[in-house]
Amino acid sequence: MNKLKTAVTDFGWPRIIIFFFVVALFVAAPFVGVRVDGALSDVLARFGQNGILVLALVPMVQAGAGLNFGLPVGIIAGLLGGTLSMQFGWTGWVGFLGAVGVSLPFAVLFGWAYGLLLNKVKGEEMTIAMYVGFSMVTFFAILWLLLPYSSPNMVWGYSGSGLRTTITLDGYWTKILNNFLAVRIGRFFVFPTGLLAFFGAATGTMWLFLRSKTGTAMTAVGSNPDFARAGGVSSDRMRLVSVVVSTVFGAVGILVYQQSYGFIQLYQAPLYMAFPAVAAILLGGASVNKASMVNVLVGTFLFQAILTMTPNVINSVLQTDMSEVIRIVISNGMIIYALTRKTKVSK
Amino acid sequence: MKTPFKLPSAARVRRFAADNVVVLIFLFVTAIAVPSSKLSGTYIIQDLLTRYGRNAFLVFSLLLPIMAGMGINFGMVLGAMAGEIGLIFAVDQGIAGVQGLLYAVLVGAPIAILLGWIAGQVLNRARGREMVTGYILGFFMDGVYQFVVLYLMGAIIPITSKAITLSRGYGIRNTLGLDSVRQSLDKLLKLELGSFDLPMATYLVIALLAIFIVWFRRTKLGQDMRAIGQDQTVSHSAGIPVERTRIMAIVISTLLAMVGQIIFLQNMGNMATYNAHRQTGFFAAAAILVGGASVAKATIPNVLVGVGLLHLMYIVVPPAGARLFGSAQIGEYFRDAMSYAVIALALALHAWRKRANAESARAGLRGAASGAVAPAKTEGGAE
Repeated sequence: MNKLKTAVTDFGWPRIIIFFFVVALFVAAPFVGVRVDGALSDVLARFGQNGILVLALVPMVQAGAGLNFGLPVGIIAGLLGGTLSMQFGWTGWVGFLGAVGVSLPFAVLFGWAYGLLLNKVKGEEMTIAMYVGFSMVTFFAILWLLLPYSSPNMVWGYSGSGLRTTITLDGYWTKILNNFLAVRIGRFFVFPTGLLAFFGAATGTMWLFLRSKTGTAMTAVGSNPDFARAGGVSSDRMRLVSVVVSTVFGAVGILVYQQSYGFIQLYQAPLYMAFPAVAAILLGGASVNKASMVNVLVGTFLFQAILTMTPNVINSVLQTDMSEVIRIVISNGMIIYALTRKTKVSK
Repeated sequence: MKTPFKLPSAARVRRFAADNVVVLIFLFVTAIAVPSSKLSGTYIIQDLLTRYGRNAFLVFSLLLPIMAGMGINFGMVLGAMAGEIGLIFAVDQGIAGVQGLLYAVLVGAPIAILLGWIAGQVLNRARGREMVTGYILGFFMDGVYQFVVLYLMGAIIPITSKAITLSRGYGIRNTLGLDSVRQSLDKLLKLELGSFDLPMATYLVIALLAIFIVWFRRTKLGQDMRAIGQDQTVSHSAGIPVERTRIMAIVISTLLAMVGQIIFLQNMGNMATYNAHRQTGFFAAAAILVGGASVAKATIPNVLVGVGLLHLMYIVVPPAGARLFGSAQIGEYFRDAMSYAVIALALALHAWRKRANAESARAGLRGAASGAVAPAKTEGGAE
């Protein structure tokens, strides 16, 4: 009984409540006329769509650099890759993989600069990361207008210059992963094999990376910097690596997100994209200084299940759209919970 | 040996530049943008005078938490929400003019105190990362605010006016017209100076607040806050109730933000019910940092300079962008990017310096330790 109690406290009441909330949503769904198989299919698609962005948070948490509220830095690199690939006229797999390829050097460069900055401000990373992300997004809003993009599918029709706010990927690489080997069962359920395989591969890569020599050293830096230094590990270098890896995954993550969404969203759209990812990983049981693959998988699934199910189920029950309020309160409540808990974990 | 009291002038200049790099960058950009905006001096000054009245009070609300070592209180948006709820009731009751504003303050005050107390409790549990926690707390309470205003008002909380409720019968409309209280404070004591309109009553309220802050710093509570801002452990051993004092700092800050938001909105004349508070924290933080404040030290001149500089940039950059790049949109993105970058830069510089100081202090400690051995030896020699 006592053991159960400590396990529950460790996992945290908010998570347990939210977990049962999700279960209740699925149980209630058929009674209010929401198809469970259709809903589950949506949840799976969104799980794969958002998963890599959540995964991108892991290395920095492990290296002790906190929750990466500066995820938009990586997202911007991904957007550069995506738009350039379209500009070059690459379509299909060449387009998507080309976008990933083009975004990588940007992600490494941005991540490296961003990591150097974060190394200078140890202990205050999170607030600064957030504002670095914000300024990056707004600064690139200017560049989207000024850079010499010319593909007629991307620029504003009347002026012939400046990228549109949302660019459709139709004819390029819309849902290329989602549709790859997708299995349709019945009328409403689709299993997005390609998408989940890609997410699985990314998770596997991250898992292997964290168990590599570099990954272990990184975790050591995060758990105990003094101990790591005594072991001859450069804390600054490891943190830098973690930021670069996080930024690269952020870039790939947004491309996966967009191919599933079907549009590239520019300008202010990436401004707040870090927050749902952060909420998801925390929901999965991560803390500010510890995160695992299980946290990512469980968290993303639960979070996306809430986002998918609440509009359908709650609206049918209450006859009003409260899903927005529920989303805001749950996701930010989860972040506050994690931020206020550190003393207990690190003791 | 005497150490030279004055630094060489080149080094002093460099030091000054390093200390004020944020302000200098900002001045530089604005100095380029002012002439290229082609706006008349009269227009710029009038706009600045209006914006001072509108925004200064809000920025002042950030001072006390900085003094108490809690950084920039991004949770001030909680106060802004309380002010908005006060205004909703003032409009609903149809109380016009300055009385309406006072009514809004009276309704908003208990809400602000409650929210401030909650925020203080939360921030006490998030020591060392108050800023990011306060920021997220603003998001969280935004959800609660939406719940109350969009679902409870008119359903459970009685709202009498049909004009401000949504057609479905409950919830407040997206835009709330504040005609009954529009600029009532600004117009209360209007001074016309040449071609300029000066909202003296608003300035008077701001001046009173500044005097209050000067006075407050000298009270026991104010002294306690400053002590805590210096060192929490020492303050605790000196018998200062650290947690309670930190909560007080946030409660007062939230209260002031509540009043500040009411002043802001009476000047604007209408209120985006669900968005009006979203940018409040961002603007106030950018203003105080542009004014040369840091996360640990902020003064009244920082506020006054900051509000002026930030808003000067907000006035001149869009037209300058339109002239230089042929797109006002670029100017608008640019000023947002500048403001975000200024916050990031100011926070980073402060964190950077704090670390550098901590390291030099550690180095100093080593130096002092070896120095301490030497006199012991000489003492031994004297024996």
